Amino acid sequence: MSGPSTYEPKYAAAKWMDKRLPIIRMGADFMTFPSPRNLNYWYTFGGILALCLVVQILSGVILAMHYVADVDKAFASVQRIRRDVPFGWLLQSMHAVGASMFFLAVYMHMFRGLYYGSYKAPREVIWILGCAIYLVMMATAFLGYTLPWGQMSFWGATVITGFFGAVPVVGESLQEWLLGGYSVDNATLNRFFALHYLLPFVLAGLVGLHVWALHHVGQNNPIGISEKTKEDTLAFHPFYTVKDAFAIAAFLVIFAIFLFYLPDALGHADNYIEADPLKTPAHIVPEWYFLPFYAILRAVPDKLAGILLMLGAIIVLFILPWLDTHKVRSMRFRPIARWFFIFFIFFCFVLGWCGAGTPDDIAVPFGKNSGITFYRVSQIATVYYFAYFLVILPVLGLIEKPLKRPDSITKAVLGDGKHGETLAPAE
Amino acid sequence: MAFKTPKNILLGTVLVVTSISGMAFAAGGGVHGDYKMKHPDWSFKGATGTYDRAAAQRGYQVYREVCAACHSLKYVAFRHLGDKGAPFYLEDYPNPSDNPYVKNFAADWQVADIDSETGDEIERPGIPADYFPDPFPNEPAARASNGGALPPDLSSMVKARGNGADYLYNLLVSYDVPKPADVELTPGLHWNPVMEGHKIAMASPLSDDLVSYEPVEIIDHGKSKIVDAPPATVEQMASDVTQFLAWTADPKLEQRKSIGLMTIIYLLILSILLFLSYKRVWRDVKH
Amino acid sequence: MSDSSTTHATTEPEDGSKRDFIFLATGATAAAGAAAIGWPLVAQMGKAADTLAAGSIEIDLSKIAVGQQLKMLWRGKPVFVRHRTKAEIETAENTDISDCPDPETDNERLVPDNNGNLRPEFLVMVGVCTHFGCVPVGEAGEFDGWYCPCHGSHYDTSGRIRKGPAPKNMEIPPYVFVNENVIKVG
Repeated sequence: MSGPSTYEPKYAAAKWMDKRLPIIRMGADFMTFPSPRNLNYWYTFGGILALCLVVQILSGVILAMHYVADVDKAFASVQRIRRDVPFGWLLQSMHAVGASMFFLAVYMHMFRGLYYGSYKAPREVIWILGCAIYLVMMATAFLGYTLPWGQMSFWGATVITGFFGAVPVVGESLQEWLLGGYSVDNATLNRFFALHYLLPFVLAGLVGLHVWALHHVGQNNPIGISEKTKEDTLAFHPFYTVKDAFAIAAFLVIFAIFLFYLPDALGHADNYIEADPLKTPAHIVPEWYFLPFYAILRAVPDKLAGILLMLGAIIVLFILPWLDTHKVRSMRFRPIARWFFIFFIFFCFVLGWCGAGTPDDIAVPFGKNSGITFYRVSQIATVYYFAYFLVILPVLGLIEKPLKRPDSITKAVLGDGKHGETLAPAE
Repeated sequence: MAFKTPKNILLGTVLVVTSISGMAFAAGGGVHGDYKMKHPDWSFKGATGTYDRAAAQRGYQVYREVCAACHSLKYVAFRHLGDKGAPFYLEDYPNPSDNPYVKNFAADWQVADIDSETGDEIERPGIPADYFPDPFPNEPAARASNGGALPPDLSSMVKARGNGADYLYNLLVSYDVPKPADVELTPGLHWNPVMEGHKIAMASPLSDDLVSYEPVEIIDHGKSKIVDAPPATVEQMASDVTQFLAWTADPKLEQRKSIGLMTIIYLLILSILLFLSYKRVWRDVKH
Repeated sequence: MSDSSTTHATTEPEDGSKRDFIFLATGATAAAGAAAIGWPLVAQMGKAADTLAAGSIEIDLSKIAVGQQLKMLWRGKPVFVRHRTKAEIETAENTDISDCPDPETDNERLVPDNNGNLRPEFLVMVGVCTHFGCVPVGEAGEFDGWYCPCHGSHYDTSGRIRKGPAPKNMEIPPYVFVNENVIKVG
């Protein structure tokens, strides 16, 4: 939907620049980009995520100025940041809480994409780039969590690098190559720091491609019907800049509540203990945003199978555009799929809950001392997770009858026959 | 539709936030079944809570006279005691190194050093820039003096345990809870219902009147105030040292909360203004 | 369906017309917030509390023989303490300072001890060339004081700049006499 550029340079300097590097044109086209007029608040998470990335990169670069990547000094350097560096406590908390906020927003963004069918043609590449962004985010978060060199950092790194040890034949060599030693040690910490600094810029590059692809094919919208006329769209600025800005401010309120009043609520107490290779913490669990995958990992009793399953849970997202073949994008018009989608969200939460629990503990009690263990619950939820993508969506694609859809966005918004309203922003 | 979605988002956000907080809190707690955790009303809890200066000052005394025999506080420097928000902060001494309390306390400790002339290992009185000295020269020495157990560093102890202030307080006051008959203790271990696994190498550290409290002077809203010494019961000392260690674990708590309040008020105002701008921009547009 | 009277989606607000109070207030509030968050991002690069509290050093003068120079590290910079010879002191005191680029008498470069007496035999200064921060070599240069090998600055026996590109005399650090023989720098 990126039609011909409507930008016309007004001043001589702007004209001069436009002939050489049309960067002002690029910005202007970005601002005037025609967006569907019916985007709701779920569509503001893209802007929120852009802000999250900026916050993480800014605070991260600053922390790197004070952090020391050395097993003997890393923990102490973080303590120094929290105690002695001017505003270090604020920046360190901002980075740690910011990671959680980033994932909170990315999950909202992904659920939105799933519900409104934003992965369907012609937006497959946007979706795949989004999955790649999510994957790099997970890698970055994991690497970053190692850096404070607390107990959870150390044991998290030990467990996750252990995944690579499960690869047949070469597993052990691969794991040791990754660690640069027999175990998580100084070499590991240093390379994790280097990669943790690098990946966010890879992330920024991927985000650039994600947005480029979005601007090439145009935004999806809640009814999933493509824009047909100019009436269907509004200029990105000021309509969506102001809406996104409002959403960002509201999101920052939640961010600030965590940052200033619950800075440790999303972390683990054990990470305030310096890494000790001789003692594993009693309850070793990943950060909340990894819990569903952790539950899938533990849902099968075999090491390799667990890892493959967990990997599969992410890979299945990449191929989703070809699994869901239904011609209607938005679940607003797919009454059956909508229910399955609601169950899907429910089971994602169930998986998270199982990830936090101990597998053999009773999750759903029946009478005294008996009931369903977290292990069994996570198996049920894992089956649903995969069934949703591999069975339910493909089958519904063939059989589901959609509801009657409006002809266009404008008709959906205005109803038939209402005209004459202006599309210019109010002064 | 315009009103439906913001509500959905709000609902969704609340749901997600509460469930992730729930998941994060889920792990924890290994208290023995018969013991009921006490939950003192800590002054530093809540959105506007601050440290109880008098209690934290007494807590310093408990740490100095009791805990410091075995436990280090290695990330805390003497000068920290005189920082803004710290137990011994004085407005007249913005530079904590000049604070008379800090100077006296520092000089009261012996700090290991190297004689710059001879290269010999020496001990000298501390200065404000020094960190609290480790009671043991190294880890094997610490283990050797404590029956093989390593006394943990206390700098961040209150943050290093779930619900750390309550944990620490209850650990210290629950030594007199009788051991269940079926529990066998190896020599050198003690029964404690709050400790993970209920067996602890540390013998009961506190007993009534172990330290002699003196009245402390605190500055309350710019006015000097003398706080009388309470009786040095185990509960009192446990509560005081918890106040002190809560401060060592989170020395910026008071700045954090006051900046947080301003930030949130600001963000709420900004949100309202942006919402009004949004309504204005979209005034004539149906969507 | 498309109505010719509707303006295009790309229409912008009419610039120059009355700007709404709400927009102004919002913009100003957002700008103020951006400025406020900028401060911690800048301030974090300043000296941290542990750096500010970096200890002072004590130097025992009695161990420095006549004609010897002691070099000690203070705040990451070398401090020179030179036990000057009689000849060096005389040269330093009898220099016509009007010729110097940074005129200072030798006495102005000393700190009195607890009895209020100057101790001209001990010259204490930060051993950093005021040109670009190299450490000058002692008992060298055209004035037999210090010579900076980096860009050829000559200092005299009082540490004053006499020739070369350096603009100022070598700095005197803050120090006091703890007793007759010990000084405390910082």
